[in-house]
Amino acid sequence: MQATETDPRPGNGTGEPGPIPVVLTINGTERRLEVEPWTTLLDLLRERLDLTGSKKGCDHGQCGACTVLVDDRRVNACLTLAVMLDGASVTTVEGLAQDGQLHPVQDAFVEHDAFQCGYCTPGQICSAVGLLKEGRARSDDEIRELMSGNLCRCGAYVNIVAAVRQVMDGTGAGR
Amino acid sequence: MVQTSTAPLPSRAYVGTGQRRIDGVSKVTGQARYAAEFPADGLLYGHVVSGGALANGMIERIDASAAEAAEGVVRVYTHENRPRQPWFDSTYQDQVAPPGIPFRPLKDAKIVYSGQPVALVVARSLEVAAYAASLIEITYREEPFRTDLAAEQSNAYVPPEKRAGIEPPPPDRGDVDRALAEAPVKVEASYFVAAEHHNPMETHASTVVWNDGKLTVYDKIQGVVASKEYLTEVFGLIADDVQVISPFVGGAFGVGLRPQYQLFLATMAALDLQRSVRVTLTRDQMFTLTYRPHTIQHLALGADRDGRLTAIRHEAVAATSTFEDYQEVVVNWSGLGYRCPNVAFDYKLAKLHTYTPSDMRAPGAATGVYGLECAMDELAHAAGIDPLELRLKNYAEEDANTGNPFTSKQLRECYRQGAERFGWSRRSAAPRSMREGRELIGWGMATGFWEASMQQTSARAILSADGRLEVATATADIGTGTYTILAQIAADAMGVPIEQVDVKIGDSSLPASPLEGGSWTAASAGSAVEKACFGLREQLFHHARAMEGSPLANEVLERITFAGGRMAVANDPSRSVVVADVMAALGLEKLAAEETAKPDQDAQENYSAYTHAAIFAEVRVDEELNVVRVTRIVNAVAAGRILNLKTARSQILGGVVFGIGMALEEQSELDHRFGRFMNHNIAEYHIPVNADVRDIDVIFVEEHDDKVSPIGVKGLGEIGIVGTAAAIANAIFHATGKRVRDLPITPDKLLRDGDDGVSSGMARAG
Repeated sequence: MQATETDPRPGNGTGEPGPIPVVLTINGTERRLEVEPWTTLLDLLRERLDLTGSKKGCDHGQCGACTVLVDDRRVNACLTLAVMLDGASVTTVEGLAQDGQLHPVQDAFVEHDAFQCGYCTPGQICSAVGLLKEGRARSDDEIRELMSGNLCRCGAYVNIVAAVRQVMDGTGAGR
Repeated sequence: MVQTSTAPLPSRAYVGTGQRRIDGVSKVTGQARYAAEFPADGLLYGHVVSGGALANGMIERIDASAAEAAEGVVRVYTHENRPRQPWFDSTYQDQVAPPGIPFRPLKDAKIVYSGQPVALVVARSLEVAAYAASLIEITYREEPFRTDLAAEQSNAYVPPEKRAGIEPPPPDRGDVDRALAEAPVKVEASYFVAAEHHNPMETHASTVVWNDGKLTVYDKIQGVVASKEYLTEVFGLIADDVQVISPFVGGAFGVGLRPQYQLFLATMAALDLQRSVRVTLTRDQMFTLTYRPHTIQHLALGADRDGRLTAIRHEAVAATSTFEDYQEVVVNWSGLGYRCPNVAFDYKLAKLHTYTPSDMRAPGAATGVYGLECAMDELAHAAGIDPLELRLKNYAEEDANTGNPFTSKQLRECYRQGAERFGWSRRSAAPRSMREGRELIGWGMATGFWEASMQQTSARAILSADGRLEVATATADIGTGTYTILAQIAADAMGVPIEQVDVKIGDSSLPASPLEGGSWTAASAGSAVEKACFGLREQLFHHARAMEGSPLANEVLERITFAGGRMAVANDPSRSVVVADVMAALGLEKLAAEETAKPDQDAQENYSAYTHAAIFAEVRVDEELNVVRVTRIVNAVAAGRILNLKTARSQILGGVVFGIGMALEEQSELDHRFGRFMNHNIAEYHIPVNADVRDIDVIFVEEHDDKVSPIGVKGLGEIGIVGTAAAIANAIFHATGKRVRDLPITPDKLLRDGDDGVSSGMARAG
């Protein structure tokens, strides 16, 4: 990557387009990859690494189905080029459960039936995990507002708020 | 009246309780795979090229040379070079095709709607396919096209051929003209429902895995049998050479009922290239699929001074395409919703140069009941009667469209429990009479109706020696909870823990099942699975009874209960055998039963089956900004037996959220210069987000129904949306005194002066 630091043009340092080496830690495992400059993080995950948990609902940053955590911050993987993430740590929905135990947000989503078709769910869950880390939301209204980048066409919002609230409050199973 | 088993009713350890989804863990961990997520060796990616900014005409020239030359491109298909296809249009008809000629992708140079697929680029990567698609140059010859429904009203016609399964309007009753002329109280208005696109979060996709001429197809579809039938017909494949698999469907709401064009294109390319091919549509291409037809309704209601209905006229003109006559039940609801001696119906279509509309959550009812229930609210206001009181005064005890009684109807109880939970009795009648700070508060209500039906479905149950029970049917789970309810039914039928039940669905090699739609899946697949389990019980019992020294000797099946892995004599549990012991004694590794459940003919002919709901809505409207917030909804539903309290509630929540979108946000806007839906993304086509949804309270009213389906289930997929938009529109009137009859009710419409409904509705109807 030395070449790119001196060469302002995007590319692999040769001036020609082509794969660029990056090192990503994905769900705790370091991966050395060669990626095209135009490949999004989402397409890298889904098409090359067979991590299809992150979903493509719009590919335009409008729906949030692709939400993953990059260095603990929630981002839209469809709007993030993989080459921008050299050295970053990426957590997808596949990386949240530890030692066979669901992450508390995952468990709360099942308990509150906070999904139906399941397609927006990985993004909702990653977004909720990011939200909890941010510590900005206190009230249900704030949860609603700060989870509004994740669309759910099945309309599970009431249950999503209940699930996030349960984890936020550290309480056990809700209603 | 219904099919009854000779076995005693199963114990209900799981059915009727709130169970976590059995597929829940796979969904929250990202393990559930959807159609575009199945890997294949040497997979190629197809990208669809959408047609240009015209809705009628011809492709004059299509130049794919630059695309074909791009590195990584394998083939570009257009109408000029596509493989040979069957000649007859009827070959392309799917299970729910309306009368007409189905759209055939790449058939010829003809453009029949804006955005139709005109080429498929197949490449070695997703990105190259999308890039190469941008290199294709096409010139068109435009011909006149019409996409303005308001302008086409005068050309509307009664569809000459009825769509299968859709009741045309019943004959008129009484003398509506006279009754209206004589009515001391009457209202008359037009209502407009905007075109909407389903927009499931998963876009349409098909992964076609080619293996020596045999195809395994992963398709986004509401029923794998429909895709399989389409493929065998269109591509002349033998049934054994095609398997369609769809274990998870990322939402559908009706757009997955008909095989969509990506299935055709991916299969065509896979067969031609003898390679595996995946085609995924982009979000904007989801707006080139089917839609809820925008519909103009005209209603006239007459009543006596006490508010008893004397006349209803309900007319509708709905959009369809130039090539198919899509039909849904829009106006019939006015003939069965309330008791009324004089009723007249009219339902017409107007041809537009768009793709064919299709079923979208509660097709017809979401539209027609919105009109009826807003008109009822207007009548209540005109008569000075409470809107709920008006409904009770005109309560229908029978289905006047057919003269049949209802299989069950606990709507009165829905009204009572819903009103009580909502606090309806504290409503002040006058519009603009409730406020808090700068917000006007409005309370509105409406009734919801949806047909309860059941379709023939087959299912198989297999009990293994290790105690695991597998139930299987080809049906789908589009988020509805099919997996879980089938596991509950099977566990109860066989008296085993739900953890021992495996459910297999979404696979065309399994026993046949219809499309998942019409709210019929729980009743249909559920009844089939229960029947298959009863078949197992019968076999087990006969084996057990025949064993030497059997404690069940001389017993009859009717007296045997299955629980805790044992078969026991009812009232004498000391006489029992362990099911596993029976299997072991007989040396059976597996015991299987396959059964088909059918709707009861007699009940179908002599009864009407409907699901009912009472919806109460509170809105708060910022008096200066005219921003509407839906702060509270109570929806009381009577839908027969409720199988799973968790997933059932979710179904209603989802329907209500769809209704909020319909009332306030959703509209696919046609630009008549190009004949295209122009807000073709989900930044500009607004669906409700989390912040748009507040408290939604769901009540399931107890309702016993021994006729509607063998398991007493009516279904819940649609009822949640029906009436919701009307309840919200009525609440907005109550808050503001303004009657907007033009969905969605956006702030600009509330900003206009006065009671603007009819004219603005018509002006905007295009």
